[in-house]
Amino acid sequence: MLILHCPYCGVYAEETELHAGGEAHLKRATIGDSDEAFEEYLFMRENKKGVHLERWRHANGCGKWFLCARDTATLEVYGTYPAQTTEPPADIVAAITAKHPGWSWKEKA
Amino acid sequence: MSTRLQSLGRMIDRSKPVEFTFNGKRLRGYQGDTLASAMLANDQMMMGRSFKYHRPRGVVASGAEEPNALFNMGTGDRFEPNQRATTQEVFDGLTIKSQNHYPSLEFDIGAVNQLFARWLPAGFYYKMFIHPRPFWKYVYEPFIRQSAGLGQVPKEKDADTYEHFYFFCDVLVAGGGIAGLAAALKAGKEGKRVLLLEQTADFGGRAVVDGVEIDGKSASDWVAETLAALNAMENVTVRSRNMVAGVYDHGYVLGYERLTDHLSDKSGPRHRLWRIRAGEIVSATGAIERPLSFYGNDIPGVMLASAVRDYVVNWGVSCGDRTVVVTNNDDAYRTAITLKQAGLSVPAIIDARSSGAGPIAAEAEKLGIKVMKGKAIAKVKGKKRVTGVQICLQAGEGSVIEEIACDCVAMSGGWSPVVHLWSHCGGKLNWDDDLAMFRPNPEKPPLGADGQAFVSVVGSANGHLSTAAVLADAGQTVTTNEPAEAAIQPVWMMPQGAGVKLRSKAWLDYQNDVKVSDVQLAAQEGYESVEHTKRYTTLGMATDQGKLSNINGLATLSAALDSTIPNVGTTTFRPPYTPISLGAITGVARDELFQPVRKTPMFQWHDANGSEWEPVGGQWRRTYAYVRDGETTKDAVNREIVNTRENVGLLDASTLGKIIVKGPDAGKFLDMLYTNMMSNLKIGKCRYGLMCNENGFLMDDGVVIRLDEDTWLCHTTTGGAAHTHDWMEDWLQCEWWDWKVYTANVTEQYAQVAIAGPKARQVLEKLGGMDVSKDAIGFMEFKDGTLGGFDARVHRISFSGELSFEVAVPASQGAAFWDALLEAGAEFGVMPYGTEAMHIMRAEKGFIMIGDETDGTIIPQDLNLHWALSKKKDDYLGKRAQERSFMASPDRWKLVGVETLDGSVIEDGAYVPAPGNNPNGQRNVQGRVTSTYYSPTLKRGIAMALVKNGPDRMGEVIEFNKEDGTMVKAKIVDPVFYDKDGEKQNV
Repeated sequence: MLILHCPYCGVYAEETELHAGGEAHLKRATIGDSDEAFEEYLFMRENKKGVHLERWRHANGCGKWFLCARDTATLEVYGTYPAQTTEPPADIVAAITAKHPGWSWKEKA
Repeated sequence: MSTRLQSLGRMIDRSKPVEFTFNGKRLRGYQGDTLASAMLANDQMMMGRSFKYHRPRGVVASGAEEPNALFNMGTGDRFEPNQRATTQEVFDGLTIKSQNHYPSLEFDIGAVNQLFARWLPAGFYYKMFIHPRPFWKYVYEPFIRQSAGLGQVPKEKDADTYEHFYFFCDVLVAGGGIAGLAAALKAGKEGKRVLLLEQTADFGGRAVVDGVEIDGKSASDWVAETLAALNAMENVTVRSRNMVAGVYDHGYVLGYERLTDHLSDKSGPRHRLWRIRAGEIVSATGAIERPLSFYGNDIPGVMLASAVRDYVVNWGVSCGDRTVVVTNNDDAYRTAITLKQAGLSVPAIIDARSSGAGPIAAEAEKLGIKVMKGKAIAKVKGKKRVTGVQICLQAGEGSVIEEIACDCVAMSGGWSPVVHLWSHCGGKLNWDDDLAMFRPNPEKPPLGADGQAFVSVVGSANGHLSTAAVLADAGQTVTTNEPAEAAIQPVWMMPQGAGVKLRSKAWLDYQNDVKVSDVQLAAQEGYESVEHTKRYTTLGMATDQGKLSNINGLATLSAALDSTIPNVGTTTFRPPYTPISLGAITGVARDELFQPVRKTPMFQWHDANGSEWEPVGGQWRRTYAYVRDGETTKDAVNREIVNTRENVGLLDASTLGKIIVKGPDAGKFLDMLYTNMMSNLKIGKCRYGLMCNENGFLMDDGVVIRLDEDTWLCHTTTGGAAHTHDWMEDWLQCEWWDWKVYTANVTEQYAQVAIAGPKARQVLEKLGGMDVSKDAIGFMEFKDGTLGGFDARVHRISFSGELSFEVAVPASQGAAFWDALLEAGAEFGVMPYGTEAMHIMRAEKGFIMIGDETDGTIIPQDLNLHWALSKKKDDYLGKRAQERSFMASPDRWKLVGVETLDGSVIEDGAYVPAPGNNPNGQRNVQGRVTSTYYSPTLKRGIAMALVKNGPDRMGEVIEFNKEDGTMVKAKIVDPVFYDKDGEKQNV
């Protein structure tokens, strides 16, 4: 059972307090976008054995969504950060690449 | 025979005899006995029958690894199957029954399976039950169901209580042997918060049994002193009868404490589940001895050498008068010496190693024990009890050299570290060729959130088998009196060249009856992966999870595959370590505490007035119907409908979701959320809205009202309130975080009542306080004011099709408001109605219901709700999805009304078959019913259905199937059955 740090209320919350919300940094496709772009947005998800960027909500706590960089195989957590961003902050990317040189996330380096 | 000795038995208190019942027979034991030791003391070596062949089985081990000695324990509401005799302590009044036999343990008809063993090899399920096909249903499956399982299923509700307990520590030490005690002491002295858990009632583990001297002190003195030191530390908590069941992500640990299992007095909780967060976990879980694979190694009386020693030293029980010891390592010599010193006979030690043992061999020989080197057991003689062994060369094929009479065989195939806790969260193992065991690989530990190891292993669990090495591993340097040991020689088959006859009676997994020959057959048939072999043969899949069998099994597999043991690898270790009770997992979450119940402010009135309760949206309770004396539920529903349509009805609608959306961008936000326009809703007006998910599917519906310039109140379905609020927050926090909008779920802040029926206005006028005329509050408008002294928000909305007011009052005034309505309405014939009446009335009006007309695959267009899809908006959630070709297809099933020609009610879930079959050979379908009721208003069955091209087929007669196989004819009609022009609601 994971423990993640909520970047809003500062609590180290146990998984029973949290709801998982799937992949982070999805880019919403909508009216005017191609079927392919819409399919990508709606259905295509990363399924990594390794570092994953994902959404969590401190549902039974402060109620805020936050994002998390976590290794799905070892469960190492590289950091959590607020949801109001389109990419992971530099310090978390640095922590990941220190352990996984050349790591990249989708089109973002 | 097995019997109680005059001396020895450090665990038992001979001054406290206890009486227990085995298969109706009264037996005696002592306080401190396990069930196994007490049974052995009564010469009851045979304790069960095996799963597949029903072979007689005796106890093999003395601890948690025991595969055979399982019993139905207790009676009535305290009955529980598959209880392990080696871990269950006896108490006065304990009742047990043996399992898996008919009619009795001694004589069992199922044992006939042994004669068919040739036809019941690995994978026989898959091979022999295929043909002929009809046999599966009528012959094979009933037979398998009859013979499957070991113990019986409890028939009564569990009388015991259970609880959870939360604990936090820096260091959790699992195991109270010398390694665990030393590790706990070290961490305790460092000032850390330490928890030490030991699964048995006793501390010290094997060191005490083996009589080791540590720094000149006896092991038991060393243990007593260390325990005393630990108990004196405020930062250390020590618990026995508390097993670490599993290690989980990020230092979460479950401890399984057994509080009353060993007591006659069953008051108080039976088990306590410790939910622990540990910064660091030290696994000091020891090692388990392995059996040897030889012919007849399952005959009662063949036991692990360490277990035979345990029974003598711990419980003063001899497992046999004449014990032959068979081994491939030095440790089993201790058993021979212990037995001899207790005055028992040891005709021989059969040592598979041609070089024999270290210095301990001389000690044994000095006591007059014959040591036979390079020898093996060819066969064990006996059926329900060992009568003798035939000796052969280990290097040969099993030609008998001599036969030795004995009634017990003590075997040792070496030791396997208990690496379960290391492995639960992904710790990897190394095969140690010299010690012939899997040991934790320190390079690949389980990782915590910080990427560092959070489990470490000390002592025998780490592969150290001498006392000095164990304590050194835990940080203590000591001197001991233990002699140096000669190396183990791995022996996976005894004798080495055993032919098929010997191999097919050499057991690996006792409980599931898996033999050496079965694993070899699996390998021969191509099951190369150990995980596949496990499932094909069921090796290690019994309640003991292969504690004795796994290593022997995969060694056999690797030999059969001509591979190495590390190449074949192990199966996955999963929690719990041994089975834990479902009661402990449940804790107090049962009966009324299983789930919270949400009650509206008027709950008590409903309950006192014939309410038939229905769970809605998970935790809410709503009234299905108010049943009066002499009425059936159906009568009540029909009465409520007729009265609402003719007079006036009251519905407690408090459970409907109410979410306030407020802020400068609230209108913009609601335009994205709903398919229709909400930003242009005028203050004081109501509008019915639809919400779709990004897949375009209809998710929730409800009436939205605008309270002021930047505040809206969204009504949702009862079940959809929490989800809709979460949905709003998700979009506001994660996608449109720069929009200025707040949301609040105020569902429980208001009590809401629908007053519906032609006389509804008269009731409110009687209450008085505000103008409720058509001109003052038109249809789809609302007003704030007071009604009969209550603070009220009055909405003119209708889900019943009648003149209807939905009045919200503060929750605290709800019960009083309800009473006031009943009083004011008495002269107008007011009657409350329940959810079923509400459902039928809305169906009569052709209103959809989320969850009936929708099922997560329905778009608004399917329900002819095009009018609610705004054409003015560029975007709303689900709009892009609805543009996809499949969603826009004219062939989608669409909502229509249907009326049976004979007036009957179509069955729930009925389909409209179409000609021909689909590619899977199933009948084609062209539609299905979504809502179907008897309408007391129309006095006939009415229904809504989704039908292919439905709206284009008005007047056509189609057929719905019935459960009895016949069909019912029904005509496609407009789904609005009642008051098509809305004249009744708009007055």
